[in-house]
Amino acid sequence: MNAPVHDAIVACARDSYSQLLSFVASRAGGDLASAEDALGEAFLAALQTWPVEGVPSRPEAWLLTAARRRLIDLQRREATRTRSTEMLIQAMDLAQENVEEGHTLPDERLKLLLICGHPAIDVAARTPLMLQTVLGLNAERIASAFLVAPASMSQRLVRSKAKIRAARIPFQIPSPEDWPERLAYVLDAIYVAFNAGYGTLGTDETGNEGFEEEAIYLARMLLRMVPNEPEALGLLSLMLFVHSRKAARRTPDGGFVPLNRQDPGLWSQAWIHEAENLLRQASAFGRPGRFQIEAAIQSVHAHRAVSGRTNWFMIEGFYRILRLYSNTLGARIGHALAIAQIRGPADGLAELDTIPGELASDHQPYWVARGHLLRRTRNSDASRKAYQRAIGLTEDPAVRSFLLNEMASEDG
Amino acid sequence: MTYALLFHESAADFALREDPEKAGAYWAAWSSYIAALGEAGIVQGGEGLLPPQTATTVRIRDGKRQIHDGPYAESKEMLGGFFIIEVPNLDVALEWAARAPSSGYGSTEVRPLMPPMKQDPS
Repeated sequence: MNAPVHDAIVACARDSYSQLLSFVASRAGGDLASAEDALGEAFLAALQTWPVEGVPSRPEAWLLTAARRRLIDLQRREATRTRSTEMLIQAMDLAQENVEEGHTLPDERLKLLLICGHPAIDVAARTPLMLQTVLGLNAERIASAFLVAPASMSQRLVRSKAKIRAARIPFQIPSPEDWPERLAYVLDAIYVAFNAGYGTLGTDETGNEGFEEEAIYLARMLLRMVPNEPEALGLLSLMLFVHSRKAARRTPDGGFVPLNRQDPGLWSQAWIHEAENLLRQASAFGRPGRFQIEAAIQSVHAHRAVSGRTNWFMIEGFYRILRLYSNTLGARIGHALAIAQIRGPADGLAELDTIPGELASDHQPYWVARGHLLRRTRNSDASRKAYQRAIGLTEDPAVRSFLLNEMASEDG
Repeated sequence: MTYALLFHESAADFALREDPEKAGAYWAAWSSYIAALGEAGIVQGGEGLLPPQTATTVRIRDGKRQIHDGPYAESKEMLGGFFIIEVPNLDVALEWAARAPSSGYGSTEVRPLMPPMKQDPS
């Protein structure tokens, strides 16, 4: 089977699964864990069966039948009928009735996303929870992307679901005054997922694929439910700009290619085009935010494909605005590099120097930027030291070889 | 928490150490990593090991000494060196393990150290 067909089938299974999960969980007392237990195996079975036998005409009905059978088996074995299983079965029956009468189920997935991004949930668990409940990914794969032990990732997920039930975190759309904050948590979590994928790029052959596509999928799903949120548009735009360069980020033999040396001919114009459109839609609302500004920076970079050069004045300006909204370490480093492009490396270094040492000490991009700018000021000893520090903090072997070469080459 | 980072490398990886073309990059990667560990101030100790063919293994069986040339067991990857680090938790230890050059070609094992043994009162 070719890859796009396979992906489409997996996407369909995911779609049906997450829709059912949110429908069932919200009607079974918010018991996400039990709903997931009941539907999870049916989902895994779908992932194995559908690519071989084709997608059933009513995917939800298929999943419900498989899940219900398992739940009944389980009940028979344990010879008890708990109240929560009772509620689950009722919710599943209600879903089945709807599906069989040809009604579409109300899409409750926004509630599911909002629960995963609830402030009462451990920050470290929000993104993993989304990946697990909305995309059905297993704890082991999530653990690999976030670099934690699989056992502790499982524990973190179990604890969060127990909390949702015990603390009765409601399955509902928050009130208008809480809405912006809650949506921001969801957007953050999606972006964390995207970057977890970005970091594992190049290890595809080990099966530890990134989460870029998954994050984009989540953002698209979110946008279907909240089409008028400029930051949600901005986030998808930002991710598509970055994703458009996927083919250019590596040489054919797996070597790392930094943005400024990428061949814009390899960038996907289709994705850039979609990203530009989304950004235009977002800015029409007149409510700028972190993701829109970051997307705007990427849009300037993307313009090199047309103009052949990068407008660093615009980029520097956008970084200045970005820092008003979100003065993260990454924004500060990006700003310093942009300043170096327009006012020279010494000014860029001066900007880098304003970053407190304890923030930067284990941060690889900081040391890359520092090594690069020091080399341009011809301070080769200090540059070597900074590059060395960056290399010692690098995970990706391809990036490590790239930096070793940079350190060895004397010309700026 | 104190953890051991155990760097496992294959025979081909050990051979890189002497490869005239690739030894430079091999050692540069390791020395950068070791420097970064040092800067982080978490290292309690650690050493690199010479390749497994320099190993000699000793066993006493039925009161008899058995000495054999080579490592304790032939396996695809062998211990090439180790560090003992003091970090707040396993997640941080995994982060440092991921940065080890051996993680990119061989593997890096993270093991918590045993707590200090109770001393007999004397």
